[in-house]
Amino acid sequence: MSDRVPVLKIGRVLLVSIQQDLEDQMVMDLQDDLSRRIVDTGAKGVVIDISALEIVDSFVGRMLADNASVSRLLGAETIVVGMRPAVAMTLVELGLSLKGVRTALNLERGLKLLRRLGTDPA
Amino acid sequence: MKCGNGGTSTPALKVRAGRQIEILGEDDVAIESSTRLLAEKLTAERETFLSQWVRTIGEDLQGRLSMAELGRELGELYEAILQALGTGGLDGRGERYGEVRSLLIELSRNRARQGFTPTETARSVFALKEVLEPSLTGDQEGARAYLQFARLLDDLGLLTTEAYVRTREEIISSQAEQLLELSTPVVKLWDGVVGVPLVGTLDSARTQVVMEKLLQTLVDSDSTQAIIDITGVPTVDTQVAQHLLKTVVAARMMGAQCTISGIRPQIAQTIVALGIEFGDIPTNASLADALRQAVAEVAKESENDARGLL
Repeated sequence: MSDRVPVLKIGRVLLVSIQQDLEDQMVMDLQDDLSRRIVDTGAKGVVIDISALEIVDSFVGRMLADNASVSRLLGAETIVVGMRPAVAMTLVELGLSLKGVRTALNLERGLKLLRRLGTDPA
Repeated sequence: MKCGNGGTSTPALKVRAGRQIEILGEDDVAIESSTRLLAEKLTAERETFLSQWVRTIGEDLQGRLSMAELGRELGELYEAILQALGTGGLDGRGERYGEVRSLLIELSRNRARQGFTPTETARSVFALKEVLEPSLTGDQEGARAYLQFARLLDDLGLLTTEAYVRTREEIISSQAEQLLELSTPVVKLWDGVVGVPLVGTLDSARTQVVMEKLLQTLVDSDSTQAIIDITGVPTVDTQVAQHLLKTVVAARMMGAQCTISGIRPQIAQTIVALGIEFGDIPTNASLADALRQAVAEVAKESENDARGLL
């Protein structure tokens, strides 16, 4: 069985910190876990920290975009934080622009952005 | 049929091979005697030849290189050639001429750096022919030796040109690299605002460097606003626009807002005429406007933060 990415709850925000390169199965598990947790906890915001990721392929890129759409349907804002410059450049070269996904430079700014959007991460 | 063919061709081949060996042997003997003759001549009249050589080239270079320096260089070269001749052989690409070749490459490098022409560099070698001509072409044996030596010098002359060109290319590529570094500074304009004043044409290589530097600076300085100023970009075609868009999208994916400023009237018209879509990317006519907006944006963010704290 492959590892799962932990989904942590802080107040009304779910924090997903991806610490290792993702295999396809992990990506799909994460998508399942996250949507279930949003419904269970009634979270209003999701922060996905990818600062440890050195490689983001098109599959993971699409997962990020899909997650944002799914969370929005469930009433939560998703913010992807900590993308590395090299990763951003790779995604651009792949033709992905993560339209519709909110981003922030780091976790702190991501939480601030959520607060500004009206989802108080108390 | 096959058997017959094989049978007739084998003796013919043998004969030819035998003849070849004989000819080669003659050549070897000839080269050996020429080499000996050359080595004797060069040793006997070392002072005369060397001073004449130095003088000929000195006249060519017209004092752009000191005579002492020239004398030292050519002296070393002369000794190396003499030594190679002493061990036998006239093959300029052979092992025995390794020392000569490295000296020549060094000489060509220096000439290229000092701004001499390839002709002047190659002449350093060819001038030795002129020096030797009068004293060798008297009799038949000497003439043959001279011709063989001339062939060797031709080879060495070509080598200098090759080394010269290689040095020039090294200089050019290192300058291009420096230019790339110089032309893409990322500056901090305000707290949370960084700017890139672009000067010159944008190609993929430069875009890559600009993008890399800009994104890294965003992370390092924790800035949320970036301004790319294209006042210094002479023309914007679809390619350049594409590169700019990529940079903006990459910055946005990292969570920063990227503005393009410094679009001159002419450029704006070209962009519209070419049908380039900048989409929802914020653009400004002047850097000042872009900066004002960016600062306002940063202020709004921090105001919100402050309210959050209370």
